[in-house]
Amino acid sequence: MTQDVAIIGIGLHPFGRHDTLTGRAQGAIALRAALKDAGIGWDRIGIAYGGSHDAGNADALCNDLGLTGLPFVNVANGCATGGSALASAVSAIRSGAAEFAVAVGFDKHPRGAFNPHPRDWGLPDWYGETGLMLTTQFFALKTRRYMHEHGITEDALVRVAQRAFRNGALNPQAWRRREMSYAEIAESMPVNLPLRQYMFCNPAEGGAAVVLCPAEVAKRYHAKPIIVKAAVVRTRHHGSFEVFSPALAAQQAPAPTVTASRAAFEQAGVAPRDIDVLQLQDTDSGSEVIHMAENGFCEHGEQERLLRDGETEIGGRLPINTDGGCLANGEPIGASGLRQVIEICTQLRQEAGARQVPGTPRLGYTHVYGAPGVSGVTILQR
Amino acid sequence: MPHPVLASPDLIRFEGDTPHLVGSRCNECGEVYFPATDSCTRCTATRMSPHDLGHRGTLWSWTIQGFLPKAPYNSGETAETFQPYGVGYVELDSGIKVESRLTVADEAKLQIGMPLELTLIPYRRTDDGEVHTFAFRPAASA
Repeated sequence: MTQDVAIIGIGLHPFGRHDTLTGRAQGAIALRAALKDAGIGWDRIGIAYGGSHDAGNADALCNDLGLTGLPFVNVANGCATGGSALASAVSAIRSGAAEFAVAVGFDKHPRGAFNPHPRDWGLPDWYGETGLMLTTQFFALKTRRYMHEHGITEDALVRVAQRAFRNGALNPQAWRRREMSYAEIAESMPVNLPLRQYMFCNPAEGGAAVVLCPAEVAKRYHAKPIIVKAAVVRTRHHGSFEVFSPALAAQQAPAPTVTASRAAFEQAGVAPRDIDVLQLQDTDSGSEVIHMAENGFCEHGEQERLLRDGETEIGGRLPINTDGGCLANGEPIGASGLRQVIEICTQLRQEAGARQVPGTPRLGYTHVYGAPGVSGVTILQR
Repeated sequence: MPHPVLASPDLIRFEGDTPHLVGSRCNECGEVYFPATDSCTRCTATRMSPHDLGHRGTLWSWTIQGFLPKAPYNSGETAETFQPYGVGYVELDSGIKVESRLTVADEAKLQIGMPLELTLIPYRRTDDGEVHTFAFRPAASA
């Protein structure tokens, strides 16, 4: 019997552009905020997991917080860095390795699309040199095929972005806080068709941290602890359609999102219909549409109707990305997955202000997906 | 006729003047790869043989690259001279889908399922002349 683990502290340095702050400084601000929320000092943390893609080693945070001698593991799992850090922290507490653990992430990226180097990904130089190794191309190619197979139209892509910016406008910590009209999104600059400028999130900056402890003692530290019912990371199988693939296998296999999601629901002993509020990776509109079905929240092809009928709005049956998601917050890779977790904790604590989902949400869900085919899912319970 | 200078000569073999893509095939399970690999991610075997993937296929998915990629893209274009280019996955006879540049970058002329054939296009100019890469173009009608 594994013991339950709870989140007792959350801290966010808002995402966006912060020219006067390093990425690490934003991580330190988030981490101090999370410790304050939990009401404990850094010296009580027994293990830490953290990551940053472009802003240095996460364990350099010890130079800010204090050199307490704790084991601090640097995590580098692309967009799934936060989810991987969280899953590791949960395992550490379950195993008894520590009573208090931290998962933290921060980042600071240059403007414009990411430009990965082929050799870092086990790929030949020509793949990058001849203009085929772009994440935006992958999202467009996967979306185009998905639309073709499942009868989705551009209408769904526009509605995802429109809802993200509408929710972002309600979130004081969001980066993009301006609502956009349907036409403004639908007629924005083609980036990688069918995806346009306002259907893509931007690389950004920010920090996010959570403090965890065994659930049985959590109430001593926070009045509203959030139980981690599942925290699962999975990588791709042969045949799944992944970013940075010079070729795809003849026989397709389910995405790592599908396997991570199924494992998480099994671990938590709940089903998609039980989830009250959720975060799905929305690097772009198309990805969110695909992830709705890959995570089990609808059938393939059903998304367009759900979006059109308002089911995914804050007041709908399936509220998605209530804080504006990656589209309105941007994506600091190291911090992004933990931002999702923090938003779900905020919703389950019923402290989300103007963007609070109605009723008394009990179960929340987060999902990240990143290169080169890794997915992290959590299921959280009030 | 001399063959063009290629960014990646190992990917192509010529049958007369017709370029074919070259990949590899697993000696154990028969899975096909592009580019050629020395291990099989399907069955984990490590004995592979070179495999001719042919030169014809159909368009499986497509996009149009609408902005100038950063390095390591090395076409030499600037934001001012950049021309959007097509990118697609092309399904070949074996069922493998190969990611490739497309000679067409007009959304009105691209459709999933359309027949395509392999060609070589100049994508970069150096002091020694043009460098080519592989691309697919609409197939000439039979």
